[in-house]
Amino acid sequence: MSETTVDTSKRTWLITSSCVGAVGGVAAVVPFVSSFNPSERAKAAGAAVEVDIGAIKPGEKLTVEWRGKPVWIIRRTPEQLDALKKVEAQLADPESQRNPTELTPEYARNQVRSIKPEFFVGVGICSHLGCSPSDKFQMGPQASLPDDWQGGFLCPCHGSTFDMAGRVYKNKPAPDNLEIPPHMYLSDTRLLIGEDKKA
Amino acid sequence: MAEFKEIAADAPMSEKALTWIDNRFPLSKLYKEHLSEYYAPKNFNFFYFFGALSLLVLVIQIVTGIFLTMHYKPDAALAFASVEYIMRDVPYGWLIRYMHSTGASAFFVVVYLHMFRGLIYGSFRKPRELVWLFGCAIFLALMGEAFMGYLLPWGQMSYWGAQVIVNLFSAIPLIGPDLALLIRGDYVVGDATLNRFFAFHVIAVPLVLLGLVVAHIIALHEVGSNNPDGVEIKAHKDEQGRPLDGIPFHPYYTVHDIVGVTGFLLVFCAIVFFAPELGGYFLEYNNFIPADPLKTPAHIAPVWYFTPYYSMLRAITPEMMYALIFCVLAAAYLGATRANISNTLKAVVIGSAVVGVALLWAIEAKFWGVVVMGGAVVILFFLPWLDRCEVKSIRFRPDWHVYLYAIFVVNFFILGYLGIQPPSAVGERLSQLGTFYYFGFFLLMPWWSTLGQTKPVPDRVNFVAH
Repeated sequence: MSETTVDTSKRTWLITSSCVGAVGGVAAVVPFVSSFNPSERAKAAGAAVEVDIGAIKPGEKLTVEWRGKPVWIIRRTPEQLDALKKVEAQLADPESQRNPTELTPEYARNQVRSIKPEFFVGVGICSHLGCSPSDKFQMGPQASLPDDWQGGFLCPCHGSTFDMAGRVYKNKPAPDNLEIPPHMYLSDTRLLIGEDKKA
Repeated sequence: MAEFKEIAADAPMSEKALTWIDNRFPLSKLYKEHLSEYYAPKNFNFFYFFGALSLLVLVIQIVTGIFLTMHYKPDAALAFASVEYIMRDVPYGWLIRYMHSTGASAFFVVVYLHMFRGLIYGSFRKPRELVWLFGCAIFLALMGEAFMGYLLPWGQMSYWGAQVIVNLFSAIPLIGPDLALLIRGDYVVGDATLNRFFAFHVIAVPLVLLGLVVAHIIALHEVGSNNPDGVEIKAHKDEQGRPLDGIPFHPYYTVHDIVGVTGFLLVFCAIVFFAPELGGYFLEYNNFIPADPLKTPAHIAPVWYFTPYYSMLRAITPEMMYALIFCVLAAAYLGATRANISNTLKAVVIGSAVVGVALLWAIEAKFWGVVVMGGAVVILFFLPWLDRCEVKSIRFRPDWHVYLYAIFVVNFFILGYLGIQPPSAVGERLSQLGTFYYFGFFLLMPWWSTLGQTKPVPDRVNFVAH
């Protein structure tokens, strides 16, 4: 063993061919990893949804599916709208300043987070880990909620709370307010979710 | 390479056959190395049943799993109904499915006890570090296997559990959202997710798991088993080089393990036949409702074996971040003032603390919750280098070490209990304390494990023949 000398030109070629082989091996991974991405069919799904909101009574919620996610349409009562002002000091982002382009379209960047103050349209997916928060519209003390509860939503997974405009309370696992989807009113009672005037 | 062995022409047929094989495959050699001449310490106790039992459960899971795939449909539209079909229409389908679902929980019971055994008797210490590392990798693969398998029935808990865990990945800065998309294969958990989880659950992860189990056992048989006294039995050998305190694995421990298997199967069968849901802990009630992407169940919790880690995830709130920042600063202060290291290293400590605090400030608590949950498992890999006690076994450690271990176990149970409960203010505080204890136990181990007066370790194992 010890008497053999290293043939450097052979070794250079060995190293070169190993490296080229490794590059090929890594390249072969690309199609497999890419196949994990959403398929063309999955990308194509996700058209806008048209909803008739005429039948919703004050204080009621209607849930529709848009891109596989629940979208809530809530007709808020005057008391619920008043409560939005009262809770502002306890909220993490009352003005919807965080990630505004992703979470809150321009026309909803107001105190009530909606086009028409009465109707709240939001994606019912908690910004923490994607659970759908439960309705807690009843005001006052109740299980898992503070005693001065003003109505809103409680995420059953990790206890994040949101007000009636989907704004998250401070010191909760959820970092952001609920997402407002792009939406527009086609008429007084026809709502289109998934598209707005800009698009 | 072994010499080719010739055998007398008048030898019995069986001997001829064995020689023929041995000349082509090391059958007798493997049998001797791993069974009849593998010397295990003779003082094994109750906790040493669980290695063999986890192998038994692995076999149960693979066999029942194969039969379940014959009737199961990995399709979001059909999955839930196909599981109900197995339960109601397939002959004995209910039994096979309950064995599989109970087997999943049983797997974690025996593996947790197996790991606890390693922890208290120092089975991860030199020269068994790789046995422990392979074991931790098995635990990790098992968690992946359990998580992906749980999506397959496509019930409410399956769906929302997967939704939560996949969304954990989206908390990673920069690459997170794309990574979550890559895992789901769709913008929400859907058919694509179910189909790929099925592939991972039935092919990919089991293959990895089997490979790791083989590596775990090969590594163990290379270094030899530890024992409750933590004494190396190889230190005292007889004239033939057999450890004086060892006995051949077969027939002694194979027969011994049959007792353990019998006891295990008694409990296992009792659960399978009389309480397969085990009060909602083995099969959660909400999972008997088909997945509904529009409605999260009122109370969502993972299956019991994940709840200690889930508690730690929930413990990381923005308030908790201040406590974490304080810990980093305190560690840096101690490192810079008290530790016996060079000035360059001290500068590195301070520098990394500054970077650490900056990251803790900059990135949201949700991400750190994920880091804490993952870290709780990853930290186990480092155990062989964290424990610096002179003695291996808890039997010869200072008494107060025993209390620390006892609190660790109680703490793990409390975290597990809190993870099952709905979120509450008291629970949040308790889980934060529990998280601190869990990490403090491991991260401070290099310090506390050297303290205190250890008891004298005997030369030979303690063993009274019965």
